[in-house]
Amino acid sequence: MHKNKKAKKSHTLLRLFKMLFRFYPVMMPLVVFLIIFSAVVSSAPSLFMQNIISLVESSWQAGDWGAVSGQILSLVGVLVVFYVLSLASAFAFTRMMAIITQGFLKKLRVQMFGGMQKLPLRYFDTNNHGDIMSHYTNDIDTLRQLVSQSLPQLLIAGITVLTVFCIMLYFSIWMTLVVILGVIVMLLITKKIGGGSARFFIRQQKSLGEVEGYVEEIMNGQKVVKVFCHEEASKADFDRVNDELFRNMEKANKYANTLGPILNNIGNVLYVIVALAGGLFLLSGTANVSISGLAFSISIVVPFLNMTKQFAGNIGQVSQQINPVVMGLAGAERIFELMDQEPETDEGYVTLVNAREENGQIVECSEHTGVWAWKHPHSADGSVTYTRLRGDVRLNHVDFGYTPEKTVLHDITLYAEAGQKVAFVGATGAGKTTITNLINRFYDIADGKIRYDGININKIKKADLRRSMGIVLQDSNLFSGTVMENIRYGKLDATDEECIAAAKLAGADDFITRLPNGYDTQIAANGSSLSQGQCQLLTIARAAVADPPVMILDEATSSIDTRTEAIVQRGMDALMKGRTVFVIAHRLSTVKNSDVIMVLENGRIIERGSHEKLLEEKGKYYQLYTGAFELE
Amino acid sequence: MYKELMKSIREYKKPSILSPIFVTIEVLMECIIPFYVAELVNQIKNGCSIDVIVKYGCILVVMAGISLAGGVLAGSAAATASSGFARNLRKDIFYRIQNYSFENIDKFSTPSLVTRMTTDITNVQMAYMMIIRVAVRCPLMLVFSFVMAFVMGGRMASIFLIVAPILGIGLGLVVWKTMPLFRKVFRKYDALNNSIQENVRGMRVVKSFVREDYETKKFNAAAEDVCRDFTRAEKILAINNPLMQFCLYVVMVFVLSFGSYMIISTRGLSLDVGQFSALLTYSFQILSSLMMVSMVFVMITMANESVHRIVEVLQEEPAITSPENAITEVKDGSIDFDHVNFKYASRANKMVLSDIDLHIRSGELIGIIGGTGSAKSSLIQLIPRLYDATEGDVKVGGVDVRDYDLEALRDQVAVVLQKNVLFSGTIKENLRWGNPNATDAEIEEACRLAQADEFVQKFPQKYDTYIEQGGTNVSGGQKQRLCIARALLKKPKILILDDSTSAVDTKTDALIRKAFREFIPETTKIIIAQRTSSVEDADRIIVMNQGRIDAIGTHTELLKNNAIYREVYTSQNKAGDQDA
Repeated sequence: MHKNKKAKKSHTLLRLFKMLFRFYPVMMPLVVFLIIFSAVVSSAPSLFMQNIISLVESSWQAGDWGAVSGQILSLVGVLVVFYVLSLASAFAFTRMMAIITQGFLKKLRVQMFGGMQKLPLRYFDTNNHGDIMSHYTNDIDTLRQLVSQSLPQLLIAGITVLTVFCIMLYFSIWMTLVVILGVIVMLLITKKIGGGSARFFIRQQKSLGEVEGYVEEIMNGQKVVKVFCHEEASKADFDRVNDELFRNMEKANKYANTLGPILNNIGNVLYVIVALAGGLFLLSGTANVSISGLAFSISIVVPFLNMTKQFAGNIGQVSQQINPVVMGLAGAERIFELMDQEPETDEGYVTLVNAREENGQIVECSEHTGVWAWKHPHSADGSVTYTRLRGDVRLNHVDFGYTPEKTVLHDITLYAEAGQKVAFVGATGAGKTTITNLINRFYDIADGKIRYDGININKIKKADLRRSMGIVLQDSNLFSGTVMENIRYGKLDATDEECIAAAKLAGADDFITRLPNGYDTQIAANGSSLSQGQCQLLTIARAAVADPPVMILDEATSSIDTRTEAIVQRGMDALMKGRTVFVIAHRLSTVKNSDVIMVLENGRIIERGSHEKLLEEKGKYYQLYTGAFELE
Repeated sequence: MYKELMKSIREYKKPSILSPIFVTIEVLMECIIPFYVAELVNQIKNGCSIDVIVKYGCILVVMAGISLAGGVLAGSAAATASSGFARNLRKDIFYRIQNYSFENIDKFSTPSLVTRMTTDITNVQMAYMMIIRVAVRCPLMLVFSFVMAFVMGGRMASIFLIVAPILGIGLGLVVWKTMPLFRKVFRKYDALNNSIQENVRGMRVVKSFVREDYETKKFNAAAEDVCRDFTRAEKILAINNPLMQFCLYVVMVFVLSFGSYMIISTRGLSLDVGQFSALLTYSFQILSSLMMVSMVFVMITMANESVHRIVEVLQEEPAITSPENAITEVKDGSIDFDHVNFKYASRANKMVLSDIDLHIRSGELIGIIGGTGSAKSSLIQLIPRLYDATEGDVKVGGVDVRDYDLEALRDQVAVVLQKNVLFSGTIKENLRWGNPNATDAEIEEACRLAQADEFVQKFPQKYDTYIEQGGTNVSGGQKQRLCIARALLKKPKILILDDSTSAVDTKTDALIRKAFREFIPETTKIIIAQRTSSVEDADRIIVMNQGRIDAIGTHTELLKNNAIYREVYTSQNKAGDQDA
């Protein structure tokens, strides 16, 4: 299990790198090269520095500047060259890194978003929206830190450690061993404290989520809190979750804050130990083992001390990156999870095309004629047939469940002939909305058949199927933008006049023109500046401008008062003339004039027929209608 | 602005002050350590004995120990101080919001308040930790290092006087250039995330209009825009590191060449080799402190935006508060509107309610009917003083509502709001909102009146049934009846139902009203409804139209005399029709 997790982590990291290199096939290798180059180049000067110092050392007693000035200055000259190289590469890679980080995040976002649009509705129904959102906010933010800071720093530190290590071995293996022992201690401490820190950071995230949840719930019901004078009680509850968050946050930060000073000072102690060891080696005359074959001398011990410092400093750097790396990888994992979701499949090949009728034959054409046809290619003989789009929907013995274990619709059979108005009545959870979810293939049926103008809907391309249907939902879901833009959402190339006509049809024109900026009024996030009823009118206008042959109204008028509904209904009736309509409503006045009313109970149709017929039957519908029964 | 914020530090002043003190100790040690290290190097160079090394070693280890203690204590004090500060801030914001009136609540959306209490506070917390740790550390380090550099390097150290200002100016320029860019881009970033949220929430709409490609295109353009601005800002910020390195290198080259010259030409009189390497260490410390200072600046300016948003909530004055010497006794349930005009925002030019003159006797059952936007809800919200009338007076029990203690008034005027909410918790817990001390018998009694007892008893866990957040596991009609029961538990003198039985069937609706008549006859009842059937048997019915009272009368009177009422009635009863 533990191993598995680790494997997953390294897999995530690998995938991240692959993406980076794929997005920036030229820049990424260049950046890596520049980082390595810069790290090597900036650790090299210590060698020259040593030369200069030993030169100074050997000649200061002579006091003759002129004798050594040439040598020293040329060494300084080499040093300058190295510095310039290091500077140039550092400048180049930090700039490139800025471009890569932002570009990478953008491409990632775009891929995530594009991929998300292709996901089936099931994903959005079964996942918390706040959770989906946090992929774009929290997770992306952790990745920004990982890519722009942690990865380059780790690379630099790694390369520096490696270079310094090689130089150390070059000087003396014994001394190197001393340093390595110290480093092992540092790593152990890092692991211990870093682990504690990570544990509490995770707890902190959880508490943060709790606080967020609590605040959201109370703020949503803030007016109820006021009305019931419940302020003090909610303050007490809030204090509880807030204190818990404080405790975890304090601990997480304590661990994180103390790691730095501890490592730093272990570095100092290590320095002393190396000095001691060096002194001991020098005095005891131990034989040196090294790559260079140099014997122990001061000119080995002194640079070694500097290198120890550099070494420890870099380990400290690495330790600072532990939290960002852990959090970044967790973020990346979640992002990949979203990107790896199975997209909505579509094997449909029947498409919707503009058509014209010639001599009783349907002929495809490119211009908008108002006549639509299903273009049905037959793979068997390569022929193509055209069927006129009429809006005839038939369900035959349909079974369905959101999960295989639980069937929510049983043996649903219904015929909606073109131009008919079919209504669904039933309690919450009876399966009304589910049926409409099946017709436009948000979900696929388990058993049975659905035919649209005689074509099995599985053969129809989903986009074309959905384009042929308009939908108005109870939750209005407007988008920020102007009123006009929101109406135009139904048909992107609609003219202003068309949009206004649709608004008039929906009975929305009246209140829109009374808004401060009329059709140009900005709608704030999800229409919070409009009343619920006004939002619904806008969504009806949005569906009206799309002018589809089939319309699904799912509690579309539940937030509109009956008087306004009567007005809207007139417009809708005009709009729906000759079109197939599915209506879901709990107000019976809304469904009364339907051609067929289906009464659903526990996923089965228990009664069907016209209003009059159902009343005569004196069944469930009759009870509902006379107020003897309540829908729940 | 910052003053307002600082008020929330309170009990965390101590760690907030201790942290910089410990940091000072740490910095002091960190600056002395290179000094001794230089000495040690010199000693080793001069071929000293092992006990000298041990002696220096001990001093260094002790100093490292002190530095470590300082660092650890500073770190944990800073953690306590900043987390505590954040806790107090969250608390203050939450408490402040609890004191808001409806008018204040309308100003802020829930997601924006949640962001303020999470992301914004986290930003401020981070900045605060930076300030009490790093922002103290860097200037101190700078000063100490300068002093030490001059002590050790003498005239050589004057190079810092040239290089440090150059770096300072450079970093300052970078900060100055990037800040407005960052501010701009963070706003765009927020907008981008908002649009994702809309998309996720509206996915059913997106899919049914087949707008996936359109949405993607729209998003890509916005993402591109954010990316461009971010890259521009970060590119400028990317100068920071190389700039700092450049300065370091300049110092190095200077020290190495000029230092060598000094040592050799003066035969080590004015500078020795140990000092030489110490100088290099100090130069690193000076420059990196400068760099850190600039980073702190960036962080603080970024947090600035968050500070703004937090203080905005803290400084929002509750529009309605209890007056001094408030009246705490509500005499009876009579209500008087004396020529009341009302608008939500003082800058709005149109009144929402105009010239309302209305007198309701204690114990009356009043129905209110009117179309969407006819200001029915606005009217009743003035009674428990959820909003204040713009002009005119509203009286309850013969006393102006502005003279009552708010809690006393609202305890006697119970409102079941249109957008009603149940909270996560058991049914019992939810109902006790009405009266924390209600007995189980009282709760059941209230539920019987609201016709909720029957279905609650059918739940396996009865009154201990857990209600999910937002009340998603009960139906709309059940939720409404529980909300009514909750209000009844207050035993108010005035009970207002704002379209609270819309999802309840007509029969139950009638039963609720019957129970009201029988069991709480002395309570004034106001019922706003969409259906005329819900108000037919009221003592009087008020017909609202565009913020004015169109007519008042009984069902029969209105049917005869009022066009609007007649229209509503017929639209619902054309074929003897009712709602389910």
